[in-house]
Amino acid sequence: MNFWEYLGNRHQQLLTDAYQHASAVFQCMVVATLLGVLIGVVTYRTAWAGNLATMATSTILTIPSLAMIGLLIPIVGLGVPPTVIALTLYGLLPIVRNAIVGLRGVDPSLVDAAKGIGMSRPARLLRVELPLAWPPILTGIRVSTQMLMGIAAIAAYASGPGLGNEIFRGIGSLGSKNALNQVLAGTLGIIVLALLFDAAYVLIGRLTIPRGIRA
Amino acid sequence: MPETAGTATGATIELENLTKRYPGNPNPSVDNVNMEIKAGEIVIFVGPSGCGKSTTLKMINRLIEPTGGRIRIGGEDVTDMDPVKLRRKVGYAIQSAGLFPHMTVAQNIALVPKMVGWSKSRIKNRVEELLDLVGLDPGEFHGRYPRQLSGGQQQRVGVARALAADPPVLLMDEPFGAVDPITRDHLQDELIRLQHELHKTIVFVTHDFDEAIKLGDRIAVLRERSHIAQFDTPEAILTNPADDFVSGFVGAGAALKRLNLSRVRDVEITDYPTVTVDDPLQEIFNKLRGSGTNEILLLDKRRRPYKWLRRGDLMRARGSLARAGTLVHDTVTRDATLRDALEAVLTDNAGRVAVTGRRGEYEGVVDMETLMNSVHELLEADRLEAMEHQHELEEARAAQTHAEQEGDGGEAKA
Repeated sequence: MNFWEYLGNRHQQLLTDAYQHASAVFQCMVVATLLGVLIGVVTYRTAWAGNLATMATSTILTIPSLAMIGLLIPIVGLGVPPTVIALTLYGLLPIVRNAIVGLRGVDPSLVDAAKGIGMSRPARLLRVELPLAWPPILTGIRVSTQMLMGIAAIAAYASGPGLGNEIFRGIGSLGSKNALNQVLAGTLGIIVLALLFDAAYVLIGRLTIPRGIRA
Repeated sequence: MPETAGTATGATIELENLTKRYPGNPNPSVDNVNMEIKAGEIVIFVGPSGCGKSTTLKMINRLIEPTGGRIRIGGEDVTDMDPVKLRRKVGYAIQSAGLFPHMTVAQNIALVPKMVGWSKSRIKNRVEELLDLVGLDPGEFHGRYPRQLSGGQQQRVGVARALAADPPVLLMDEPFGAVDPITRDHLQDELIRLQHELHKTIVFVTHDFDEAIKLGDRIAVLRERSHIAQFDTPEAILTNPADDFVSGFVGAGAALKRLNLSRVRDVEITDYPTVTVDDPLQEIFNKLRGSGTNEILLLDKRRRPYKWLRRGDLMRARGSLARAGTLVHDTVTRDATLRDALEAVLTDNAGRVAVTGRRGEYEGVVDMETLMNSVHELLEADRLEAMEHQHELEEARAAQTHAEQEGDGGEAKA
């Protein structure tokens, strides 16, 4: 069976895996974004807190993903929970860092002006600081998503969902006639998904970054 | 919702023993400022950098919280009021405008009215009105983003935003510091025009003394720790600086700067014998011969100054008005400053210049002699007034020092 025949035979299974892969990454990204921006908002105003947040999240990133999932299995069991936890944690770093950099990068004279015309602290944050910090935050989200696409494949190790299953099956049956096709299908599927997500982010950027600050 | 009164007049501002200390610094940055600012006047804080003028300004809308003293706006003590509410009643314009780049011009201006809960249609009308007021075409600029505007236009929008909810008080922190000199000059003229219409109480910080003279009804010259070296009208400060610090700040050419503050309409203009181009030649000859001066002014059909005619000019031109005399190349209006008039008189070969009305029609003549006499009188009057004010200030200061029982030695007058 060549690669194309394999795709034709298994497209049902592959589409399900791809859908689950995308859905897992998407949901974890939503959680990571909310959490990451929140951490950024809470910490950016004090030097030590911001640095601590950046350092903590980058430490998480140094843990090998396989080890992380392995460590999570005894605590939360197999399947979806370790996948979601691991993906969310890995997704945090670029978002937290860019949120802090972006919020700190807002021109202090603009914050001063916002205060001076009588905007309350929440209004300043929502109407001035976050919109101005949004482009770097969105970049962080993009980087995060690319990274999670790859890491999500490892989730199959903990019986998680996604295209990783295809790859692990292929590796498990090395030498069999479909082994290469399986690995190839899984890998290419992840690449295609990553490109689709990236295109979506370009579109989101177009729609959400105000014309006045678009590069 | 706090209500913003729709009145066009300003409110008084009183600063009482206003002080700001920063932790770890034994000397206060702003030390015991006492000041009364009248409703509807422009007061300029001017002083060297680091003298605390900006800090003092920012304490009025409590962007910087004072560590001591009281602030009253329109008689109401605002020292302990919710700062967010306070700031919505006090307009604030800063250097390089501080417009939010992600919002359009209209959105920037609408911010404060929106926060105080105006209706959509009212906000829309107000935005148009304000753009018009600051000299920008509403249709054209409404939807633009700040980066699509020049520095001067941004600054206009900044002023419009500060005025949006019609606050009685406007604080301006070196608003024209970042624009080129020509634009700055325009913006200053605009501000003067605006103030004629609005009568806000404006506190304006600058380090440019010429700007202070041009805009201020009164100027507070501040030295380090925001101590008031002199608080008086521009005229008085120019003619009678309180001490070496102030005169150093006024700089050279105080008398020349003083000329900027008076207009031609403030001085006496002399009447000159005139004839019009329609008069018969014989009459012109008679007038020339009959008048005490050896020169008359020829006006055109619409009574605008046209030519200076001397005795003999007509003879030489063989009776042709078209060729006789010298063309009037410069005139001044009654609204021109004395400095402009002096300039015109100096460049004129006979040391006089014709004064014209709104449509360019002849009204009189200013020459070197009248200018000099008027200036002397002006300066003398200023000097008397300034001495009186200074006396009051010294008395107030003495009373304060006495009350404090501290004896601030640095305050001793030179």
